[in-house]
Amino acid sequence: MPIQVHIPSPLRDQTHGQTTVQVQGASVKDALDDLCRQFPGLTAKLFDKGEVKPFLNLYLNDEDIRYLDNLATVTKDGDELSIIPAVAGG
Amino acid sequence: MLNQFVLGLKCRVCGKTYPKQPLNFCTEDFGPLEVEYDNAAIRTAVDRDDVERRPRTMWRYRELLPIDAEPTVGSHVGGTPLIRADRLAEDLGVETLWIKNDAVNFPTLSFKDRVVAVALSKAREFGFKTVGCASTGNLANSVAANAAAAGLEAYILVPADLERAKILGTSVYGAKLVLVQGTYDDVNRLCSQIALKFHMGLVNVNLRPFYAEGSKTVGFEIAEDLGWRVPRHVVVPMAGGSLIGKIYKAFQELKRLGWVEDATCSMYGAQATGCNPIADAVKNGRERHRPIRRPNTICKSLAIGDPADGYFAARLIRETGGWAEDVSDDEISEAMYLLGRTEGIFAETAGGVTVAVARKLIEQGKLPRDEEIVLCITGNGLKTQDAVASVVEEPIVIQPTLEAFEPLLREPVLT
Repeated sequence: MPIQVHIPSPLRDQTHGQTTVQVQGASVKDALDDLCRQFPGLTAKLFDKGEVKPFLNLYLNDEDIRYLDNLATVTKDGDELSIIPAVAGG
Repeated sequence: MLNQFVLGLKCRVCGKTYPKQPLNFCTEDFGPLEVEYDNAAIRTAVDRDDVERRPRTMWRYRELLPIDAEPTVGSHVGGTPLIRADRLAEDLGVETLWIKNDAVNFPTLSFKDRVVAVALSKAREFGFKTVGCASTGNLANSVAANAAAAGLEAYILVPADLERAKILGTSVYGAKLVLVQGTYDDVNRLCSQIALKFHMGLVNVNLRPFYAEGSKTVGFEIAEDLGWRVPRHVVVPMAGGSLIGKIYKAFQELKRLGWVEDATCSMYGAQATGCNPIADAVKNGRERHRPIRRPNTICKSLAIGDPADGYFAARLIRETGGWAEDVSDDEISEAMYLLGRTEGIFAETAGGVTVAVARKLIEQGKLPRDEEIVLCITGNGLKTQDAVASVVEEPIVIQPTLEAFEPLLREPVLT
């Protein structure tokens, strides 16, 4: 079973309207690479010089990947990866 | 109908502009959106004299706030006192100290009534019937109360371990209060997901650009009460890091309008050591804060481990020649007591943080003793009473007799 990536509404124009995308990968980085392979328009939206953009947060099964191993965090089948704009709250 | 002074929204990172809408981030780079005003139109529409003739509420500055029509929510918010704090000044060893006391803001006793008044007025303009927020407590109280008065349905999401006074102080207004098993940052993430999925006006998510502007009125009021003058140093508690930036922005807007001559001001940020991502970034010269997974402090109102405006707050503090510090739970409680017994102000834990950090910065020489300082007290101690229970003097129990009372007098004077 692959990894499910949840795509927030502002990025769905890049995924032909798909709200979730199935990807393969042994790490968050691999999973995102596969996502961008399937939808090349996402690369420029998600990354800036190889780093995830500073105002985007990534959550693996609802945990912020910065508290795990960041992009190197190991993934397994059935994991859910969410991409969520970070500028909220306070 | 007022003139419309809001041009739209603009990304603080890339500058892309958007029409007015309930949206908090740039769809290009996800940077925060900020309200853009027609400054020339504001300048011709209103001047200082107009403002001074209006009622003492935050709405006397309504042209500088992002609403298009008359405010419909929170018409009595703001106009809180700026107090000359000579007794606290003496204790801290400084010459001129003021306290901006939003512990007595109406209706829910914190500065959050300001941002909520703007956000819910805006929510109505956008046609929302359902509103909500992610909160550490004060915002919960304010959204619940103001939504009740406005007849809006409210969903309030807070961390489950919140102080009881802040829970009851939300539920009493009839809001749907949701206790989330997690930190504030977990609550915040959930609210972002809710805002992307459901049609709701979440004040600090999709309404955030408008909401945050309400905090400018703290700065407008400080400057007006000083006789249209900007203080040299301001100490502000930091949770998400928005308030400190908006107070500074207020001063700069007054300068641009010509309502104050000079807006030179150093901004100082205050946090609890148990949740100090922004103070840590300032003190260690990090451009971006390191998020804190598990905040651990009695100051729950400031317990945001991953502050949305952390980057901007740290940059502002550096650029204005200010500084940031953090203080322990014991220092927070002691400072709440100090403020109470010197100035007769019962501030919540965040007020203890502000006073204790001010003391620390004065002792470090970061805050000069001979220049004017303003401390921003943002919430009321009645909501966090447990925090002072261990530091205040124990009350004395006596029999109802003169003999029992007389020994208690320090210097008995007979009639």
